Amino acid sequence: MIAASRGFAKRWARLAESDQYSLSPGSRVAVIGGGPAGSMFSYFLLDFAEIANLDLQVDIFEPRYFTHCGPAGCNHCGGIVSESLLQRLATEGIELPSHVVQRGVESYTLHMDVGTVRLNAPGLEKRIAAVYRGNGPRESEPLHQISFDGYLNELAVEKGARMVRRMVTAMERTGDCIEVRCADGHHRNYDLAVVATGINSHFVESICGSTAPIRQPKKTTTFICEFRLGRSMIEETLGDSMHVFLLDIPRLEFAALIPKGDYATLCMLGDDIDDDLIQSFFRSAEFKQCFPDAIIPPHACHCLPRINVQTARYPFDDRIVMIGDSGTTRLFKDGLGAAYRTAKAAARTAVFHGVSAKNFEQHFWPLCRKIDSDNRIGKFVFSVSGLIQRARFSRRAVLRMTALEQAGNNPRKRMSEILWDIFSGSAPYREILGRTVHPAYVGGLIWNLAASNWPSARRRDADTAGQGV
Amino acid sequence: MADLGRLYKDGEIIVREGDSGDCMYVVQKGRVDILTKSGDREVVLRSLGRNDFFGEMALFERDLRTSTARAVGDARILTVDRRTFLRGISEDPSLALRMVRIMSHRIKDLTARLTAYENTPHADPT
Ligand SMILES: Cc1cc2nc3c(=O)[nH]c(=O)nc-3n(C[C@H](O)[C@H](O)[C@H](O)COP(=O)(O)OP(=O)(O)OC[C@H]3O[C@@H](n4cnc5c(N)ncnc54)[C@H](O)[C@@H]3O)c2cc1C
Repeated sequence: MIAASRGFAKRWARLAESDQYSLSPGSRVAVIGGGPAGSMFSYFLLDFAEIANLDLQVDIFEPRYFTHCGPAGCNHCGGIVSESLLQRLATEGIELPSHVVQRGVESYTLHMDVGTVRLNAPGLEKRIAAVYRGNGPRESEPLHQISFDGYLNELAVEKGARMVRRMVTAMERTGDCIEVRCADGHHRNYDLAVVATGINSHFVESICGSTAPIRQPKKTTTFICEFRLGRSMIEETLGDSMHVFLLDIPRLEFAALIPKGDYATLCMLGDDIDDDLIQSFFRSAEFKQCFPDAIIPPHACHCLPRINVQTARYPFDDRIVMIGDSGTTRLFKDGLGAAYRTAKAAARTAVFHGVSAKNFEQHFWPLCRKIDSDNRIGKFVFSVSGLIQRARFSRRAVLRMTALEQAGNNPRKRMSEILWDIFSGSAPYREILGRTVHPAYVGGLIWNLAASNWPSARRRDADTAGQGV
Repeated sequence: MADLGRLYKDGEIIVREGDSGDCMYVVQKGRVDILTKSGDREVVLRSLGRNDFFGEMALFERDLRTSTARAVGDARILTVDRRTFLRGISEDPSLALRMVRIMSHRIKDLTARLTAYENTPHADPT
């Protein structure tokens, strides 16, 4: 294993010497995968090319139609567009129109065995968007709405990209170009190939090692399912709040129930989610109580997609770059935000610097490395929150501190801010960790640990456990 | 179908001249007038629509708001926090490209208005 990685590093170091390739007027770019990373790359590439007066031809290869219901048209995800991504897109002039947004989320509701607490966004502003990645769950009526991925495709096409409805099966270096080959025999040479196939197809596996000295990212299995509740029932039970669960279930890092139009999406992330883990979660009283009469309805659609948990090494080569989930993403959070960031960094590099391995190493890799090292801190943050999950006395303290902050007028709500940023993925893990060692936060937590576990407080809690705080 | 941001009713003040602030606003839906006081009179400096932004100075300096923003009809407004914005441009300076472009258009527009004003004959106060 070590020898293999040394081999990769050596070969990569040799390739990274060159910086001779760049895009010129008329250059052709293949974007393999038209998910968020592929569309945003194409959009920004063409935007930067316009500024640089560079006429490029961009083909997005995407066999999926995002107008289809169920798995055929879906890119399997919770569909939360984080507030940081929403704000960055708004700054770029990219607005999410109401026909793309299934619901605007204005709060998080945290469920624990010791009680429930709601964290509100400042001014109850809807700062987070819940979207569909396709046209809704299996057997749902086709929506008169556009999926997030479909909308981003449209933006890229408006900028001048061409959608090619083909599945790419191979990519090979031929002379000074990259040849892209499709399932139907179609093939063409390109000056740059951008791999944006995510992690749920075998494409990345097929090129890593053979076409480029790249080691593919590590992944783990997750679970998503959709419950049909109807719009009015959703308003009544879940509202405009994303429901998150901090439960003592081994291997479960995060579970969230996200209200959409007529459906609610359940996402479970953790260490290789399997049937046992799903059943343990479904048996929990905290999850059941989110539904009318505490009866979980049958789910309309479900899948076990994979998620990237470790960056590809190194996600580029001469004339090749891997963006979005194919390259790197944030650990368990804001994957769409990471797709935007890596897509834009790759586009900027390609237009303003060049498309050699060295260019990507200097201008694209630093962002991947930053995300990667933040993920390491994220692992630590998750392990600490795992400890809180496991100990009832600490769950009580978290509940008490958050509830008091939410009820009070103090603008500094330290526990609420930390929880909000962990749930929403809007802040880097490094920043979250920094806030957890602030003396005022530590002091508040110690005080709440004592106050919530005082025998009289525990008796009171026992009487009110499970109720809204 | 769902909307984002916060809903402001017709005539509601979004930010007031002289207030302190640490965010910028982006219009998601509806119209917003940017106003300032000139003596007792209210002067509409600009009228903004979908995707336009205002209050951007608060992202760069800790100064008081220099004008008032008021919803014209119902308007949906999304805030962009200073922290998110600065984190964004420190990683990717091109994030500010569109803002720079629009701000330079605004300067051009103001220069044209100032020139037109200078060329208009004014009553001599003496
Ligand atoms: C359970 C779960 C929940 C999640 N929830 C959220 C969330 O709420 N918010 C969030 O921000 N992130 C979330 N994520 C992460 C998010 O889904 C990903 O980070 C994001 O989809 C990455 O975008 P992408 O474009 O890189 O890849 P993808 O979205 O996977 O898109 C890849 C595209 O490439 C196409 N493709 C694949 N192979 C080929 C081929 N050979 N030829 C042509 N095209 C091909 C596919 O059809 C697809 O359209 C979640 C992930 C999981 C697993």
